[in-house]
Amino acid sequence: MTDNANASNESGGFGHIATEGLDTTHGVVLYLEDISVSFDGFKALNKLTLSIDVGELRCVIGPNGAGKTTMMDVITGKTRADEGSAFFGQTIDLARYSEAEIAHAGIGRKFQKPTIFEYHSVFENLELAMKADKRVRKTLVSVLSSGEKDRIAETMKQIRLNDSADRIAGLLSHGQKQWLEIGMLLMQEPRLLLLDEPVAGMSDDETERTGELFLSLAGKHSLVVVEHDMAFVEKIARKITVLHEGSVLAEGSMAQVQNDPKVIEVYLGR
Amino acid sequence: MYGARGWAVICLSSFIVFVIFPVLSLATPQDSAFHISQYWVTLLGKVMCFAIVAIAMDLVWGYTGILSLGHGLFFALGGYSMGMYLMRQIGREGQYQSDLPDFMVFLDWKELPWAWWNSDQFWWAALLVVLVPGLLALVFGFFAFRSRVKGVYFSIITQALTFAAMLLFFRNATGFGGNNGFTDFKRILGLPITTPETRMMLFTFTAFVLIATLLLARWIVTSKFGRVLTAIRDAETRVAFCGYNTVHYKLAIFTLSAVICGIAGALYVPQVGIINPSEMSPANSIEIAIWVAVGGRGTLTGAILGAGLVNFGKSYFTQAFPEYWLYALGLIFILVTLFLPQGVMGLLKKKT
Repeated sequence: MTDNANASNESGGFGHIATEGLDTTHGVVLYLEDISVSFDGFKALNKLTLSIDVGELRCVIGPNGAGKTTMMDVITGKTRADEGSAFFGQTIDLARYSEAEIAHAGIGRKFQKPTIFEYHSVFENLELAMKADKRVRKTLVSVLSSGEKDRIAETMKQIRLNDSADRIAGLLSHGQKQWLEIGMLLMQEPRLLLLDEPVAGMSDDETERTGELFLSLAGKHSLVVVEHDMAFVEKIARKITVLHEGSVLAEGSMAQVQNDPKVIEVYLGR
Repeated sequence: MYGARGWAVICLSSFIVFVIFPVLSLATPQDSAFHISQYWVTLLGKVMCFAIVAIAMDLVWGYTGILSLGHGLFFALGGYSMGMYLMRQIGREGQYQSDLPDFMVFLDWKELPWAWWNSDQFWWAALLVVLVPGLLALVFGFFAFRSRVKGVYFSIITQALTFAAMLLFFRNATGFGGNNGFTDFKRILGLPITTPETRMMLFTFTAFVLIATLLLARWIVTSKFGRVLTAIRDAETRVAFCGYNTVHYKLAIFTLSAVICGIAGALYVPQVGIINPSEMSPANSIEIAIWVAVGGRGTLTGAILGAGLVNFGKSYFTQAFPEYWLYALGLIFILVTLFLPQGVMGLLKKKT
């Protein structure tokens, strides 16, 4: 991984990081240490320290403005931290890479509002997201192999959209769009998935199935789920992190967190 | 790339421009009812140049969502590159019978400025036609896209760019003929430029380039690269989070588009016989966007159709009611925006 040293941190950089090179020898896939970010004097993150283990499914909760989205922005390179360090595996310093490079390295992110390509079909959405050489010249002449087609079909089955391959994504229901976005993340074969309110606007049935999907993904991938829906969190969570005013307030199982007096005071009790 | 119907239309159009037009224009007597006059050959030749520009514009605007309002500059730069060669082809037949172009004699210059180096060579002119607009777009685009200049801000900066270039070219000291630009061309590749045969040659070559541009653009938009471009238009951050470097993609299509415009400009100048800085006026670039909007953004056929409709309309209007053309153009733009967001193509699609 030392050959990444010359990769630029500009968005115009050419460096590509190989996921295969991700060093997780200590069992940690993501490590944030003392991260601080402020916007015009407002401290969105205040010495946040958090680590995610390989294969873990972590739920992050916290009141509005606790810094959940800013945390994801820092991890994915959208916002730069003023202080502190963010490491992906043991060696990849996220502060040095652009959004595209970080995505390429194996961190997939689902936004709060489903962002998919509305004018492309379900199949094309997954095709574009698929792990591949994403440089201009390679993309210009790229032709799908049958193996790749199978992978797309497999993912469509996973997200229950196998009957809608040719449907224009803009015509899907809200819940289906959320799933399609999750499917797009899966196509990138990420090591770490960041999911920002993945069940917002889903029906109970869809929420249930999404929970099942996440549980089946944990182990193979590491997942960080930010969610307001406490019933959903309770169902899937093994370990919960509570954020408050930009730093970690409490961490532990659902029961531990629920009984933590600090948490009761700022969040659950109110 | 195309279905059977699409190829049939392309073959039919090719037959018309490569066979019917030359035969009716060159092989029929002047007074025959079937004769196609020089006026029509020049007009259609011009419109085909504009159609090439419209395709280039559609690639960046309709498909990638980048509204460039400076494409007239790339067109003009291609035109100027070719114009320099045409000026040198005049030789000693100018008014002052000098080796230097007339305007330089008039300014009492003794030798060619550095920018005119090698300008008497056609291959050099052809190279400049591609390189000058291409490099400008590459450098300008690199800084604009890297700084994430988007939407209306990008449009305004491109307007400023073409306006600044116009002011620069207006100055005599810049060395490109000031506000008169280049005109009075005599020859191209040694052939007299005004004979019907040479004009037909330019006409058919323009038609060839138009068809080639259409096929190239079609190949691009139906490739995965093209799907990435439309994805950038619809959700750029998602494209970046998918691992694509959107700066490279936007830069690639913007530069290609500028090069295509330059080629169109180089074909335009020998046919109309003049190039001057007014081609760089901001209004010209806006007009290009109007062609595409009228025809239908995001469809290549629409771009060609729009360039054709607006320009034939313009040539009719400027003869019948010269002072009202700009009002008509403005009205067309407003009506299309309000009632035909998909342009004429949207209307045609609804009908079928």
